[in-house]
Amino acid sequence: MPDPRFKILTSASTSGPGDAGRTGSWRVERPVIDLSRCTPAKTGKSCCHLCWLYCPDNVVSKAIEPVIDLEYCKGCGICAEECPVEAIAMISEEQFVEGGGHE
Amino acid sequence: MTTNAKTTVLNLTAEEFVHPGNRACSGCGLSVLYRIGTKALGRDCIFVVPPSCLTVMQGLYPIAASQLPILNGTFASTAAIATGVRAAMKRLGKKTQVVAWAGDGGTSDIGIQSLSGALERNEDFIYICYDNEAYMNTGVQRSGTTPQGGLTTTTPYAGKKEHSKNVPGIVAAHNPAYVATCSASYPLDFHDKLLRAKQIRGLKYIHIQTPCPPGWGCDERMTIKIGKAAVDCGLFDLYEIEDGRKVLSEPSRRLLDKSKQHPVRDYLKMQVRFKALSEAQIEAIQQRTDRKWDAYRQEFAEQ
Amino acid sequence: MSDKLINSGNTAAALAVQLAGAEVIAAYPITPQTPLTEKLSELIAAGKMAAEYVAVESEHSALGVCIGAASAGVRSFTATSSNGLLYMSEQLHWAAGARLPMVMCVVNRGVGAPWSVWNDHQDAISQRDTGWIQLFAKDHQEIVDTTLKAFRLAELVHIPVMVNYDGYYLSHTYMPFELPEAEAVKAFLPPYSYLHALDPGRPESLNTVTLPDARNDINGVKQGGYMDIRHNLHQEMRLAMEVWEEIDADFRQRFSRGGTPILDPYRCEDADFVVVAMGTLANQFHDIIDRLRQDEGLKVGVLALQMYRPFPTDRIAAALQSAKGVMVYEKGLSYGNQGALYADLKSALYPYPNRPRLHNFIVGLGGRDIRTDDLFQTLKEACRQDDSVAPEQQDPSHWIGLQL
Repeated sequence: MPDPRFKILTSASTSGPGDAGRTGSWRVERPVIDLSRCTPAKTGKSCCHLCWLYCPDNVVSKAIEPVIDLEYCKGCGICAEECPVEAIAMISEEQFVEGGGHE
Repeated sequence: MTTNAKTTVLNLTAEEFVHPGNRACSGCGLSVLYRIGTKALGRDCIFVVPPSCLTVMQGLYPIAASQLPILNGTFASTAAIATGVRAAMKRLGKKTQVVAWAGDGGTSDIGIQSLSGALERNEDFIYICYDNEAYMNTGVQRSGTTPQGGLTTTTPYAGKKEHSKNVPGIVAAHNPAYVATCSASYPLDFHDKLLRAKQIRGLKYIHIQTPCPPGWGCDERMTIKIGKAAVDCGLFDLYEIEDGRKVLSEPSRRLLDKSKQHPVRDYLKMQVRFKALSEAQIEAIQQRTDRKWDAYRQEFAEQ
Repeated sequence: MSDKLINSGNTAAALAVQLAGAEVIAAYPITPQTPLTEKLSELIAAGKMAAEYVAVESEHSALGVCIGAASAGVRSFTATSSNGLLYMSEQLHWAAGARLPMVMCVVNRGVGAPWSVWNDHQDAISQRDTGWIQLFAKDHQEIVDTTLKAFRLAELVHIPVMVNYDGYYLSHTYMPFELPEAEAVKAFLPPYSYLHALDPGRPESLNTVTLPDARNDINGVKQGGYMDIRHNLHQEMRLAMEVWEEIDADFRQRFSRGGTPILDPYRCEDADFVVVAMGTLANQFHDIIDRLRQDEGLKVGVLALQMYRPFPTDRIAAALQSAKGVMVYEKGLSYGNQGALYADLKSALYPYPNRPRLHNFIVGLGGRDIRTDDLFQTLKEACRQDDSVAPEQQDPSHWIGLQL
């Protein structure tokens, strides 16, 4: 064991989310899932889940009704591109600004 | 000798080993492969990482986005450091899996000496090269694996003159225990090859092509599609080599049927980095690819 | 019973490493270190040492392997010389900044270009700013004892330690030395542990990018930035001097050897003039000191410096407070300035009330013969030098033994 008189400051990191802060703020567009087209949501069965598989950031849940964590979703659009039934649309963040439209 | 598991999206574990909100670019191919790869490796691992995109993605001190123990080290010595960790595990009697994750620079250029040494000693760890085909972490400079014609900041007008290094081939010439090529766009194939690698003793090398939207010049949403296009046109092949025997993996094996081989142009045109290629150069690339696949068709006639 | 042997300095080092129980050895052969590496390899292959020998393909990788092993919780060791040390230079900085407990022997040899295989101190001197503790052994017994103590020091203070000894003068010559009993060494040297050992049960990411400023961790607790971490290394290097003295005192109790861990004086008690030197060069002065005292009536002594980094500023300045003149003889320099040890010593003396007259002599580069008569003459002249020579005139280094 090291001598207790020594603090031994070392760059040793412990894990947690949000190292880059709220990466949801990176988005220009956000994914919106149309549950009426989403295959697992429609059938009530666990199937497909490609949005969950391909999400680089682990913000899509592996669920029959998938949910996207908008705190961290970077808006890359891979889920929308890969959805086999085009159930995900990338909608401009402008639509979600309170009051709508430009600032 | 090919991968035995057949993981599907349904039976792939929902356990996650990386936290969201990390510093990887939006749409990063490395993010996809690292996320799925760690599912195959599990928690009893120690990772060794040189300066690279993964250095940044894993987090800045004191917050780590990756939940596994990572030892960062100097650029040229990834395989040497992994050797040291492996030796320590042996002395301590631990079965902890040692995995090196390095980019193409840290593998084929500055890192090739220590990799060659570790290969020659057949060190017992997994070495993963995630190849985004340029020095992406420092802003897209050309590397040994940048394809011919690729525009980068250091090949800014006419694109890279030279061919890319065949790194899996160089590795295979050392006769390690296992060599495999993968694509970030086929993460389940990568996942299962890691499961296979875990069962083998000796150095297991996996080379995984990693689409990079900012570096390759494409929309972030196209990451998966571009990687698939590289495989579909036969420019990047997925295979495994064990005991000197090469076997094509499923997504590439399809191309043994020539009608399934897409034109290279379809892949090249998706990316701004190839916009300087002339028609003659594209034709030359097509011919080289055709020759490679004709040879494969002869070699793997029975597969 | 401890073993009494007559063997080479390289063998002495290898046997000390065996006693210390290093478990991962990675080394690349380089003259004049090679027999040390071969001896360790032999001991392991013969089953006399429970360790793994990794035949790395370069020195940069040798220290890379040690960094991996030390980070994963196992005692490691490497050795090198000259250009091998230079090749692993970035790893030296890395190991120090990572606060890794490890020991390396450097068999001192001149650096290229041009190629030289012969002894001088430039290899170690050129790496004095890396954050490694640097010790100099001057005979085979010191090689054994210093290496054993170095493992304990490194592991207590979590700073890597370099044990230097002169190529050829020590590495290849045969001298008697004593090896302590294995059980006694085990009692002296507790098992290895690294504060941040890589452990899946307690996962940490070591030495990733560290910002200029302090930043909160995942629990909201402020953690230092780069400068704070590096400041701590420097501070704790200074504090390590005390720990080194404590370790030496403990070693002396157990093994009846030691007592001069940092400064080893010979006839300095009443000395008007003191020579300061490192390694075997200090030994060479003993006869000269005796002759000058007897034949010339000069009260001279020689102070061997055993710990070069951290530089024992207070201790050496205090030891020289009653000297009228100090002559620094060294085998290395800071090119474009002056002797490295000379500059360090001069700066240490600067705040003190007594600043003796200082003289700098560069000797023996690239293994050039250091003739006792040259040492005798230059030392006598320096002692006899009168005050008419202004300090700034005599400050530039004198090179002894040039042939062109």
